[in-house]
Amino acid sequence: MARIRRALADVPRAETPDAVPVERTYHRVHGDRTPSETVDLLAEHLADYRAIVHRTDAPALPALIARLLADRGATSVALPPGLPDSWLSAVPDAVRRVPDTAELTPHDLDAVSSVVTACAVAIAETGTVVLDAAPDQGRRRITLVPDHHICVIRVPDQVVDSVPEGLERLDPARPLTWISGPSATSDIELDRVEGVHGPRTLEVILTGPPAGPETAGQS
Amino acid sequence: MPAFPAAADASTRNTQLRANLRHATHTIRAKRATAVAELDDWSSLRAAGAAIKDRSLRHLDHYLEQLESAVTAAGGHVHWAADADEANRIVTELVQATGEREVVKVKSMATQEIGLNGALATAGITAYETDLAELIVQLGDDLPSHILVPAIHRNRGEIRDIFAEKMAQWGRPAPEWLTDAPADLAEAARLHLREKFLNAKVGISGANFMVAETGTLVVVESEGNGRMCLTLPETLISVVGIEKIVPTFQDLEVFLQLLPRSSTAERMNPYTSTWTGTTDADGPRTFHLVLLDNGRTDTLADTVGRQALRCIRCSACLNVCPVYERAGGHAYGSAYPGPIGAILTPQLRGVQSELDASLPYASSLCGACYEVCPVAIDIPEVLVHLRERVVEGGPVSVRGTRTVIKPAKGHAAERAAMRAARWALDHPRVLRTGQRLASRTRRFHPRRLPGPGRAWSDTRELPKVPEESFRDWWQRTRGESGTEGRKTT
Ligand code: SF4
Repeated sequence: MARIRRALADVPRAETPDAVPVERTYHRVHGDRTPSETVDLLAEHLADYRAIVHRTDAPALPALIARLLADRGATSVALPPGLPDSWLSAVPDAVRRVPDTAELTPHDLDAVSSVVTACAVAIAETGTVVLDAAPDQGRRRITLVPDHHICVIRVPDQVVDSVPEGLERLDPARPLTWISGPSATSDIELDRVEGVHGPRTLEVILTGPPAGPETAGQS
Repeated sequence: MPAFPAAADASTRNTQLRANLRHATHTIRAKRATAVAELDDWSSLRAAGAAIKDRSLRHLDHYLEQLESAVTAAGGHVHWAADADEANRIVTELVQATGEREVVKVKSMATQEIGLNGALATAGITAYETDLAELIVQLGDDLPSHILVPAIHRNRGEIRDIFAEKMAQWGRPAPEWLTDAPADLAEAARLHLREKFLNAKVGISGANFMVAETGTLVVVESEGNGRMCLTLPETLISVVGIEKIVPTFQDLEVFLQLLPRSSTAERMNPYTSTWTGTTDADGPRTFHLVLLDNGRTDTLADTVGRQALRCIRCSACLNVCPVYERAGGHAYGSAYPGPIGAILTPQLRGVQSELDASLPYASSLCGACYEVCPVAIDIPEVLVHLRERVVEGGPVSVRGTRTVIKPAKGHAAERAAMRAARWALDHPRVLRTGQRLASRTRRFHPRRLPGPGRAWSDTRELPKVPEESFRDWWQRTRGESGTEGRKTT
C-alpha cells in the first residue's frame, strides 16, 4: 500500500476519487421501444445466440414444460425449492424430480437430464437472462451441470431493455449468473460449437401476455 | 527468450501460423466492427470506461482498501503479493493447506504472467487448465498465442492428434472415435474435463473486474468452465492484478457493454458470473483473493505509461495490429502479446533485457490499436515514451523505488531494439497497412509530445501528423546512427 501511494505521488493529496470526472453521457437505453417490442427484441436476440425461444401464457405453461422435457427424453429434472408447483404439474411421475438441496453433489447432478428455473431479470438488448440464486432459481450449480436448461421468464415484468437497467434491478451481494445463449466455444479454428461445459441446450419460455399495460423496466 | 525480431523472424516463416492468424484477426475484426456499430453511444461508453479506470488508478490505494474490507466482510480472505514469487508461494500454501494435489483452473492471464502452473508443479500440485484452448495449449506442451483464442496457431488436425496422444496422461483418454470435427473435439474435451470438475476440491481463477464498493468479483467467459471452477470446488483462490478494480457495481454497466463487443464481437458473452465473498451452501465455502502487484505499481508510477493499466484484456488491439498479424503471439515472449504486450510487458518487467527493450519497437505506430481500444489507451504514445526510455534512460520506479536507468546505448538491448524496428520495416506490407491506417487516426493523436519534446509542445500546436511517424522515426534513427547501427549488428 505504501508502494502504491509512492507511485501516485503526482496525484494531489487533496484530490478525492470523486474529483476525477466520469461523464455518463452514454445512453441508459438504446432506442425507444414499447414493452412488447422489448420482449420481441429479447426473443430475437436470444434466438440469435442459439437459445430456443418459446412463447406461452400461464395456463399453457405446465403443458409446454412437460412437452419440452418429453421431447428431450428427460428422465430426471432438477428443481429449485421455490419453483411454483404448478409448473411441473403436467410432467409425468416417471420423470424423477431432483430437488436442489445442499446434499446434492456434482456427481448427482451429472446424472440429471434437465433443469427448470425461473430468472431474476432478462435484458433485451443483449439477449441475456440473469439468475440470482433466489429460491425459484436455485444454486448456481443446478443450471450448470445438467445438459438441458429450461428458463422461464415472466413477461413483460421481468424484461428490461438494457444492461444499465438490468444491473439496477440486481443485488451485488447475491451470486449472479448472466446467461446469453448456451455454452459455446470458438477455440477450434473459430468454428462455433455449442456446449463445451455448460448446458448444450438452453430453452427460454416467455410466459404471460406478450404485451401488458405495465411498462417493463420503468418502475 | 530471444528478442522480438529473432522470434518474429522464426514465426513469420511459419506460413500455417500466419494463415491462421490472418484468418482469425480479420474475422474477429470484421465482426467486432458490426457489434460496435450497433451502439450509437460507443464513444461515450469508451470515454466513461477510460474515465472510470483513471479514477480507479489515481486512487488505487483508496479503492483497494475498500475492496479488502468488503471482501473480508463477505466472508473472503485477502492476500497481497508484491511479485510473482510471492503470489506463487501464497497460492501454493493455500492449496497445500487443503491437502489437495490437484486444482482446476479458469483461463487467467495473471496466473500465466506469474508462471503459477510451473510453481505448483514444483510443489507436486497438478493444475488443470479447463478452457478448451488452454487445454489444447497445455496438452500440446505449448504457449498461448492470443489473448482471446490462445490456441489459434493450431489446426483441427493437430488438435485431434494432441488429444489422442496426450489426454490419457492427464486423465480420461480421448475417445476411440475422435475425428478432427470441432464438435467431436469439443465433446472429447467435455468428457475429459468433466471428470476433473466433478472431483475438484480447489479452483483457481483470475477475474475480469473487482468492485471496490461491494467486494464483488466478475468472470466473463463463453464455455462454462469458469462457472464450473467458481462453483463446484470447496475452495476458490482468485489471483487478480490490482488494476482490475472498478469503484462501484454500477460501473459494470459500462464494462459489460464494452468488453464483449470489443472482444468476441458479441452483444454479450454466453456466461458472466459474479461472486461476493462466499454464499451459504452455494459455491465454495472458502474464498481467497490474492492481489497481485508484480510491476503494476512501477507502471502506475509512470504518468505516461499508467494508462496501460486501464486494459481490460479484450484483445481488440491484437486483431488490428499488422505487426502482430505477421509475427504471432509467441514472438512477444510474455503472457501479453500484441500492442498491449508491447507496452505492458516492458513496464511490468523493466526494459533491461534484450527482449523487453525490443518490444516498444515491435510496432509501426500506425495507431489502429488506439482506435479500437475500448478504454482509449494511447498505445502509440506509450510506445514512443518507452522507446525514449530504452534509448535515453531516465527516471523509473523499480520494485517501488525511484531510480534512474542508464541509456541502453551500445548494449545488446539497443541492438535488439534497432533490429525490431528494422524487422518491421523489412516487411513492406506491415508498413503499408500502418501508413494507410495512420492517416485515418490522426484525430486521436497526442496533444503533447512525450519525452524531451514535451516542453516544446506545451506552447505550440502540434501538426496534424503524429510527432513521429514510423517513417520519420526510421529516417531519423537510421540517418543519425545508420552506420553505427550497422556496426553494432
Ligand atoms: S489495450 Fe485496449 S484494445 Fe488492447 S487488450 Fe487492452 S483494452 Fe483491449
